[in-house]
Amino acid sequence: MTSVSSTTTQTFTAKVATPTTRLVGAMAIVSLAWVVMGGLFITPKDVDQGDAVRIMYVHVPTAWVAYLAFIVTAIASACWLLSRKHAMGFDRVAGASAEVGVIFMAMTLLSGSLWGRITWGSYWAWDPRLTTTSFLLVTYIGYLAVRGLGGSLEQRARRSAVIALLAVLEIPLVHFSVLMWRSLHQEASVLSGDGDIKMDGSMLTTLLVGVIGFTCTFVWLVMHRQRVLAMQDAMQSSQLDAALRERADESTTINTNKSNELI
Amino acid sequence: MDHLGFISAVYLTTFGVIIGLVAKTLKQGRDLASKVADKDKPWT
Repeated sequence: MTSVSSTTTQTFTAKVATPTTRLVGAMAIVSLAWVVMGGLFITPKDVDQGDAVRIMYVHVPTAWVAYLAFIVTAIASACWLLSRKHAMGFDRVAGASAEVGVIFMAMTLLSGSLWGRITWGSYWAWDPRLTTTSFLLVTYIGYLAVRGLGGSLEQRARRSAVIALLAVLEIPLVHFSVLMWRSLHQEASVLSGDGDIKMDGSMLTTLLVGVIGFTCTFVWLVMHRQRVLAMQDAMQSSQLDAALRERADESTTINTNKSNELI
Repeated sequence: MDHLGFISAVYLTTFGVIIGLVAKTLKQGRDLASKVADKDKPWT
């Protein structure tokens, strides 16, 4: 990392990573390498689906991360609304988590679409799970659009927190859509509720390592993204302060000139 | 391996997007960190 010394007492260190993010990042790399090796080369074919089941090791963890991201967004938003000081850190975690969640949700839909082409013979069907998932994605794209509207940081935090708390209610609808309506999409294999997991040991291990690896990736991305957002907010505030100072200086200069003219 | 095209497309897209997102986040962070004072970076 490089350090740049300014002429004032302020220091500018080009550092975003910390030991925690490095550790989480290393865990993510190791886990995801396992997923690629296990998913493509080590695990056996499925009895029904054959090699197409290898898409599961990516599809299920990305869907899990997208759900997790939107739940984290809702929790951070609630913390912002309920905290007395309205700490902007909560709002930035909410925003960073939603950004990552949208990308993972889009990847889930893409991998599911390719998987559907193999198993259903079609890239897309207006199936309850697919439709509600698309609706969830569009909702969070809207959430990010609202975050991008103008106004103060507090205004941004307040309006996006309200939307996040409403949007998270869609997640149970998406998750239970396969039970509530007739759906092409299969029901949960691991979290089925009866405790009976009908999956080979190496397949289950690879799937769980995938969930851990993608979760670590999510944590790393949110930690870094919220730091980027913190720096963007700091720059925005300092630019606003500079503009206000400039305006004040202009006003002082005009008043001084007027006074001189009167004299 | 059956359906190799579809399976490799899923893996390449997913890991490609993640690598791209990580690279973009790191670059954006480093660019901003050199412009923002350390007092505004609680993690430093």
